[in-house]
Amino acid sequence: MTATLSDNDNAVTDLPSDAPPVPEGATMVTVKIERFNPEVDEDLHWESYRVPAMPTDRVLNMLHYIKWYIDGTLTFRRSCAHGVCGSDAMRINGVNRLACKVLMKDMFAKSGETTLTVEPIKGLSVEKDLLVDMEPFFEAYKAIKPYLVTTGNDPSRERTQSVAERERFDDTTKCILCAACTTSCPVYWSEGSYFGPAAIVNAHRFIFDSRDEAAEERLDILNDIDGVWRCRTTFNCTDACPQGIQVTKAIQEVKRALMFRRR
Amino acid sequence: MTTTEAPLSVDKPRSSTRPAARRSNFELYSWVFMRLSGVVLLFLVLGHMLIMLFLDGGVHRINFAFVAGRWASPFWQLWDLTMLWLAGLHGGNGLRTVINDYSRTNVTRFWLKILLYCSILLTVVLGTYVIFTFNPNIG
Repeated sequence: MTATLSDNDNAVTDLPSDAPPVPEGATMVTVKIERFNPEVDEDLHWESYRVPAMPTDRVLNMLHYIKWYIDGTLTFRRSCAHGVCGSDAMRINGVNRLACKVLMKDMFAKSGETTLTVEPIKGLSVEKDLLVDMEPFFEAYKAIKPYLVTTGNDPSRERTQSVAERERFDDTTKCILCAACTTSCPVYWSEGSYFGPAAIVNAHRFIFDSRDEAAEERLDILNDIDGVWRCRTTFNCTDACPQGIQVTKAIQEVKRALMFRRR
Repeated sequence: MTTTEAPLSVDKPRSSTRPAARRSNFELYSWVFMRLSGVVLLFLVLGHMLIMLFLDGGVHRINFAFVAGRWASPFWQLWDLTMLWLAGLHGGNGLRTVINDYSRTNVTRFWLKILLYCSILLTVVLGTYVIFTFNPNIG
C-alpha cells in the first residue's frame, strides 16, 4: 500500500477491512505523518491516516495501528515502548516527545476533529519516515568520553561516595540518549557540529562525579567553539527531556565550572 | 531499487571524527565579554540617548557647536570612546556568532567574517580617530 507522492498528499486513508473492531469509547483522529522513502521520494511529504484512539492510548499506539493495519511501510524506531530505551523520540505536534510517553487524551482537540502531526526529529538526516541517522548524535556523545576515567591502581574496595557527592550529578544520570533535547535545540538545527545538550549532559554526569579524574579534559573539550558557549539558553532542551532532566541548568553548571575552574 | 550507503558495521568505533580541543579560552572570554559589555552599554547607550534626545531641548539643540562643546570635555570624549568600542565589539561579536550559526559552508563563513571584521575595524578606528582629532575650529 505504498502511497504515491503528489496525488495522495493530503488524502485520508480510511479504515482497512482487516482492522480489528473499533473499541467502545474510541474517537477517530487524523494522524498526519511526515514521510520519506529514499527509494521513491525526492522529498519529505505529509500523509494523513484515520485512526481510532482510546484516551488511554499513546501516540505510539497510533503509529502501530497505521503500521499494522494501514501501511506496513511506515518506518520508525521503538523498542521497549515504555519510556526507558529512548528509541522513539519524534516531533509530535511540533514538540519533541517520546511517542510512548504521550497519552492520546492529552492530544484530543477541545472541540472538533483532532489532528495529530508527527515528524522526525530535526537536525539529523532522515533515512526513512521517522527514522533518522543518529550517528552524528552518538559521535558527539563519544567525543566527551562518557565513561569513568581514573589513574593509578584499582582500589581493593569499591569507590565510595558520600550522599552529597552522589547527589551532585544525580539529575544528569537519568539521560536515556533519546536525542529529544539535542534535536530540539535551534543551534543544533543550524550547525550540526555543536555538541548539543545531550553530550553536555553526559559530560556533566562525569565532570561532577567525585570519583572521576578526567573533568579537566572534558571541560577543555566543551570550552571549544562547538562546546557550551554556543548554548543560547532557549530552554528547548529542558522542555523536551522525557526524563525531566534540567538540561539547561546542567549546561550552565558546566559554563560556571569552566569560568571558575571549580566544581 | 537503491541500497543505503550507510555501512552495516562500525569500522573503528573509538576513532573520533571531531578535531581535538584547541585548549583556547577565546569562546569563554567572548561569552564573558558579551555579558559585561552588555551591562555597561545599557548605561552608556541609555544615558547617551537621554542626553541627546530628551533633556534640555533634546534633539533640537544638537548642532556643530553642541558636539564641539561636549567633546571639549575629556569626560564626554571618554564616554563616547567607551561606547564606540564596546558597541562595535559587542555587536561584532554577536554577529560573529550569528554567522557561525547560520553559514551553510565554510567558504561563506570565512568571507562573511572577513567582511564583518573589516567593517568593525573601519568603524572603530575611524570613530576613535574623529574623537581624538576633532577640531572645533573648522566649523
